[in-house]
Amino acid sequence: MSSSSTAFSVWIINKAGGLIYSKTYAQGLSPGSALLATFKCEAESSPPDLTSNEYLVLASTFHSIHAIASRISPISGSSGVEVIEAETFKMTCLQSPTGTKFVLLTTPSHPSPEQVLRRVYETYADYLKDPFYTVEMPIRSETFDTKLASVVRG
Amino acid sequence: MSLSTSAARHKSLGDDLYKRSDKVNGELFALTYGALVVQLIKDYEDYDEVNKQLEKMGYNIGVRLIEDFLARTGLGRCKDFTEVGEVMAKVAFRSLLAITPSLIHHPVSPTQPKPAFSLIFDENPLTDFVELPEEAVEGGLVYAKVLEGVIRGALEMIQTSVTAQIVSDTLRGDERTELRVTLVRYLEEEMPPGDD
Repeated sequence: MSSSSTAFSVWIINKAGGLIYSKTYAQGLSPGSALLATFKCEAESSPPDLTSNEYLVLASTFHSIHAIASRISPISGSSGVEVIEAETFKMTCLQSPTGTKFVLLTTPSHPSPEQVLRRVYETYADYLKDPFYTVEMPIRSETFDTKLASVVRG
Repeated sequence: MSLSTSAARHKSLGDDLYKRSDKVNGELFALTYGALVVQLIKDYEDYDEVNKQLEKMGYNIGVRLIEDFLARTGLGRCKDFTEVGEVMAKVAFRSLLAITPSLIHHPVSPTQPKPAFSLIFDENPLTDFVELPEEAVEGGLVYAKVLEGVIRGALEMIQTSVTAQIVSDTLRGDERTELRVTLVRYLEEEMPPGDD
């Protein structure tokens, strides 16, 4: 069972809605977990993760929902989706003024996902300093993986 | 909020970010940039082309630099073009180059339909030790051209299309070095959702 401040995964979504980075740090948030939670059973082995294609679709769906939310909000000048809270998870999104989105999936009782996201943003900004990395393209770097893991795990 | 309190806020943000940042030796920085410019002149043998390349390089720096700047300052959208100038002079230049250029606003007028501001540099770590040879001056070399590109690239990433031009340059014999930034347009269609 996950602790009360587990971060399950991180997504980084570029300005066009494409997923450029996705990493899962802890089990407990796979499609079957909500079902398992309902039946209050302990999972012996975790249900399989989503495929990378499914993550791409999820991310671009979120990108669209994020944008639509600011349009349909009854209060003008609203931002896009910042937090989605459910029984088994909390999804927090930080959007930079440049349009890049950082999404963190955590347990509902995670105390400070915004702070984690700020540090994710700083780690991403550091990665941009590699001149060989093309901005907006998928991030494939072990160093980035390591740095981000230590930020997310706290 | 009165202009003086937001000016004070920008100044302290710039000073604070400068303090927190890693430092590099200024002379080394000047030498590195100088080596770059000289090599470009050797490679292209055409001052116009060198100017273009410097601006392009600046653009590539700017598009990356802006995310770092925003991540570290946590600043949001500026409320108008005047504030863009303030933040650029007092926070960006202060924290990145340790200088605070003077800022002159050029409000909209019949001869100038878009807002603009000028940054006046009385010191610049890029150009501290430089004396341009006669033929470079005649050829039109703008030594610090990279700065134009950095500003253009950085602002483009926050949906602000500008022209940035060094309109007078002490290295070329002018009285002062002035970099003029003029708004072209806001790129509304690329605005992240919900920004006021």
